[in-house]
Amino acid sequence: MQKNELLAHLSVCVEKGKADKATPTPPEMKDQEGAQEITAQLIEMDVAPEEILNGALIPGMKRIGDLYGEGKAFVPHLLLAARAMNAALLLLKPYFDSGAMERKGTFIIGTVQGDLHDIGKNLVKAIVEGSGWEVIDLGTDVSAQGFIKAIEDHPNAHVGLSALITTTMVHMEQIVQSIREKYPDKKILIGGAPVTQEYCDKIGADFFSLRPQEAAEYLNSLVSSTHQA
Amino acid sequence: MTTISEKLKEKGTLVSDGAWGTFIHQKGLRSDECPESWNLTRPDDIYDVALSYVNAGADMILTNSFGGSPFKLEPYGLKEKTYKVNKAAAEISKRAAGEDVLVLGSVGPTGKILMMGEITKQELFDGFAEQIRGLVEGGADAILIETMSDLDEARTAIRAAKSLTDKEVLCTFTFNLTPAGEYRTMMGTTPAETVEMLVQEGADVLGANCGNGTAGMIEIVKQIREINSQIPVLVHANAGMPVLREGLSVFPETPDQMSAQIGELIDAGADIVGGCCGTTPEHISRIIQAVRKN
Repeated sequence: MQKNELLAHLSVCVEKGKADKATPTPPEMKDQEGAQEITAQLIEMDVAPEEILNGALIPGMKRIGDLYGEGKAFVPHLLLAARAMNAALLLLKPYFDSGAMERKGTFIIGTVQGDLHDIGKNLVKAIVEGSGWEVIDLGTDVSAQGFIKAIEDHPNAHVGLSALITTTMVHMEQIVQSIREKYPDKKILIGGAPVTQEYCDKIGADFFSLRPQEAAEYLNSLVSSTHQA
Repeated sequence: MTTISEKLKEKGTLVSDGAWGTFIHQKGLRSDECPESWNLTRPDDIYDVALSYVNAGADMILTNSFGGSPFKLEPYGLKEKTYKVNKAAAEISKRAAGEDVLVLGSVGPTGKILMMGEITKQELFDGFAEQIRGLVEGGADAILIETMSDLDEARTAIRAAKSLTDKEVLCTFTFNLTPAGEYRTMMGTTPAETVEMLVQEGADVLGANCGNGTAGMIEIVKQIREINSQIPVLVHANAGMPVLREGLSVFPETPDQMSAQIGELIDAGADIVGGCCGTTPEHISRIIQAVRKN
């Protein structure tokens, strides 16, 4: 296959969640090569890692993210797509590590203190990562100190807070305040089933959405506006 | 003790209970505390919640064991106490229920996704079985597998229940209205697909809980009834969809607003009605009045 065909095929593998040859789904791609094998082939062919990222991984994740946003794809589809993307990203890691290529920026994400639910957080992580960002996943039950420590390690990062339960959502306010005390200009995104725009405004977070894709679009808009400035 | 099916024959429509979590938080549960741990440490407070629904006139009450699977108890260091926590949950509700009210042993989702390989079916089965064994031996009259979104996980829970007991097994899923205008679980499953699986697995009662106020539930019940007109349907609706009040996310429907829609819910085909997030004994007592009127 030619480079462009391979890139197109890789992007389909990501969208359909075909991580590698052994991945059993989707059934119509059984025993075919997956994201991992095709990425290895592209690297072997000296295709630039940026081209693999921008020409295959990001469009593939965008398509599945859009379908999710339209209610035509669901949680497992997104998570499987993320797994396929990560199989490819692992092979691109040396290029990121060496500074040979850069991501759009860094995004720190975690489920807030007292809350052990991680599916929503993982969806946002997948979509943001698939939009070209480095994502630092702090896991669940993350305190204000946990977020602040991560910001110290990644001073330019933006931050996302997730909560599923009405009683843990209240911790978002305190975490936002603690972050603001030290980093007044830090962009903070919040999301989760009980969260509303009104709550976002009240606690002084910068962005709220129930749709992962919109979080990625917001983060992308920060990059383009910075560039314009 | 009679069964749900017998009670349904006798009374036509039955009323279940309302939310537990909110109540337990009001009694001082911290957000980082495991609600089910109170079955062992604060049984009297849990008993109060159970009793409040018995006193409201419910035909059946649940148990404080929604997050009682070993997978949910593990982060709190309570995995080894799965059996004990669940047995206590059933015993407390049973004590409050007395002779006339049925106790449904609540089993919620594990939060682990089978198809992502986070857990195997065998592990899932064993975990559910341990939880359900506690509930059954604590005296639960039936098992309610609720808030499910994944067909395979729910199927595994039903099989675990059926391997342990001849008591009735109920199973409800949580549906959300998608941007495409369909009701689906977060895993993409439609109401019709859940009915097919649940009937196949021999569930005695099926239905929907959480995710919707009563209005959404009416639509979901209609879809279920298009597929199956016979099997009893249970609905636990939220008190509307969450809104912000005084800085807190709350479920806004009053007992009056909620009970006003119950007639339509029953006409759509619901046989057992109760409440999920945001509902109180007052909601249940008004629902009972509405059911009697219907």
